[in-house]
Amino acid sequence: MDEIASEYDVVVLGTGLTECVLSGVLSVKGKKVLHIDRNDHYGGEAASVNIEALFKKYGKNTGDEPWKKYGRINDWNIDLVPKLLMSNGELTNILVSTDVTRYLEFKQIAGSFVQQGAGSRATVAKVPSDAGEALRSPLMGLFEKRRARNFLEWVGSFNGNDPATHKGLDLSSCTMKEVYDKFGLEATTRDFVGHSMALYQTDEYINQAGMAQDAIQRIRLYVNSMARYGKSPYIYPLYGLGELPQGFARLSAIYGGTYMLNTDVDEIQFDDAGKACGIKATMKERGEEGPGMKFETKAGKILADPSYFPGKVQVVGHLIKAICILTHPIPNTDNSDSLQLIIPQSQVGRKHDIYIAMVSSAHNVCPKGYYIAIVSTIAEGDSNHHLELQPGFERLGSIQEKFMGSPTPLYAPLESGVNDNIFISKSYDATSHFETTTDDIRDIYRRAEGHELVVEGLREGQTLAQE
Amino acid sequence: MAARMQQGGRPGGSRFAQFKLVLLGESAVGKVSLVLRFVKDQFDDYRESTIGAAFLTQTIALDESTTVKFEIWDTAGQERYKSLAPMYYRNANCAVVVYDITQASSLDKAKAWVKELQRQANENIIIALAGNKLDLVSADPTKRAIPAEDAAQYAREAGLLFFETSAKTADNVRELFTAIARKLPLDQAGPRSIRSAGHRPGVDLRPESSGTQGASGCNC
Ligand SMILES: Nc1nc2c(ncn2[C@@H]2O[C@H](COP(=O)(O)OP(=O)(O)O)[C@@H](O)[C@H]2O)c(=O)[nH]1
Ligand SMILES: [Mg+2]
Repeated sequence: MDEIASEYDVVVLGTGLTECVLSGVLSVKGKKVLHIDRNDHYGGEAASVNIEALFKKYGKNTGDEPWKKYGRINDWNIDLVPKLLMSNGELTNILVSTDVTRYLEFKQIAGSFVQQGAGSRATVAKVPSDAGEALRSPLMGLFEKRRARNFLEWVGSFNGNDPATHKGLDLSSCTMKEVYDKFGLEATTRDFVGHSMALYQTDEYINQAGMAQDAIQRIRLYVNSMARYGKSPYIYPLYGLGELPQGFARLSAIYGGTYMLNTDVDEIQFDDAGKACGIKATMKERGEEGPGMKFETKAGKILADPSYFPGKVQVVGHLIKAICILTHPIPNTDNSDSLQLIIPQSQVGRKHDIYIAMVSSAHNVCPKGYYIAIVSTIAEGDSNHHLELQPGFERLGSIQEKFMGSPTPLYAPLESGVNDNIFISKSYDATSHFETTTDDIRDIYRRAEGHELVVEGLREGQTLAQE
Repeated sequence: MAARMQQGGRPGGSRFAQFKLVLLGESAVGKVSLVLRFVKDQFDDYRESTIGAAFLTQTIALDESTTVKFEIWDTAGQERYKSLAPMYYRNANCAVVVYDITQASSLDKAKAWVKELQRQANENIIIALAGNKLDLVSADPTKRAIPAEDAAQYAREAGLLFFETSAKTADNVRELFTAIARKLPLDQAGPRSIRSAGHRPGVDLRPESSGTQGASGCNC
């Protein structure tokens, strides 16, 4: 096996989406990158797994190989992270700028829904996509529809730099409550606007001074994403989210990045100033005889997911999720082959929304006739997590198979990395999309490289040997 | 998609199919060199063997009315530490598994890659085995480490096309790709061929394709 170079500009640990995007971008910019993962597959927490791996991951591998009744195991690509891409979001922008779209195909998510009421009185309705749809929405009464239309039209024409469009509000300091009040919106409307369009998971944003601007940007992202392809604001890669890190890893490799799966980091080396400056590692395939291939290399800096530095991260929350396999679409959703359904916290007496993300064979993630729905929320209690997800389960109808583990801790780095030269990413959070992931990517890039990441025109002027 | 001229493409009434082709084999056996010979009719003795070819396409006109377009994926070096992603094999219609006829161990590696393809790729994938660097042996027969007949017999048993090639002199390179094209099922071409016709099944993310579904969005 070839020798590993004695020095790399950047050593990246973990092949989650965040790490792979950064690896790709840095390689394109001419950095010499070594990218390592202890697993035998790409994606880490952002991988998509087959049905056998899923049963095993959740400890459901009872003697009778229960996955066998679900057809060919490799027809399944089940996400571990319940997320979708905003079609006008930043990840889409990065995919296009880096040309990673060459390796992936995307399809729309067929619908975006929101629940009103709870228990036996719960109804499910389409989230209106624009001012016109607001007028037809069953979510509001006649007069409220007009107010909602006025509000959405204003959001669309709002210009941050033009105070004439600010309706006399001082948007740098005002709260979203003041904006809602200005348009006279009812509580139920505020609920679906804030939770199913602005995609806030709690109501904390309403009374925070200066948050109105953020809320308006979020609603615009929703509306513009919706307008892009029509059915929902979301798109999704064929064969599952696990394709995303693989695509960016390929980008990195094409620009010279070196990839090593099945590789354990044995030691991080530090210089006298306490900054990380190298690694010792061992590559060894599963089941391989002998000590494996040991190597040592210098590293200009280290980028890593939280699992590589448990002592340098803190727990900032717990995500609870259940992966459910269905044999039918979700009731009352127009037989959509894929969707997001949000249950706002206020409707079911919680502090955090419950999300349902569903995909199916339309996205090549399972055989025909199956649907994969992930129900998730932020844990509010220390026990009975199953009950916290119950309002979500009620939406699904009969559930063929349910995979639910203990709550997943969400990690964030304790330090920025400037002191120890180790730049750590955050866990994939509970939001329904990748906007916070791309924020983290930009943040890590800024911390590690000392300047802003600009993806537009990234590949221009970076000629490959044979392009 | 790369905006490359489709040589041999004809409008109207003709058959046109696009196929994904993947390259496999040990590092430095000449995978990228074979493709660069096929696509650009170039060869470089001092190529840095680590840098990959991003994405190359080449068309072959099989007859007056039939054109086959290859969308060629290079390993980009991810084979070096056995870190190829499932994405690489996904929907591959055909594969060229390369070994170096002057390196004894490279045929065993090629056999391992064929096994990997049978495990990971489509069942009906067409595989060609290419024993590369034929020019070295032509110049000095003592350099041959793998008898052609050994490889040919293995190829027969495993159901593979087989050629000895030289990316340097272009020997058998076009023949190799043409043989693959002839073996591909043109009538039931896979999803890749639909894609080539201009309508990908999914959505097109490029900015110019947006805003076609009604203009209810705001301009931010
Ligand atoms: N003599 C000779 N050298 C070759 C041939 N094909 C490739 N090479 C050389 O072998 C080295 C590795 O080639 P490359 O295409 O990068 O191999 P890859 O790693 O399998 O993609 C380069 O130095 C090439 O110039 C060939 O047919 N004949
Ligand atoms: Mg190569």
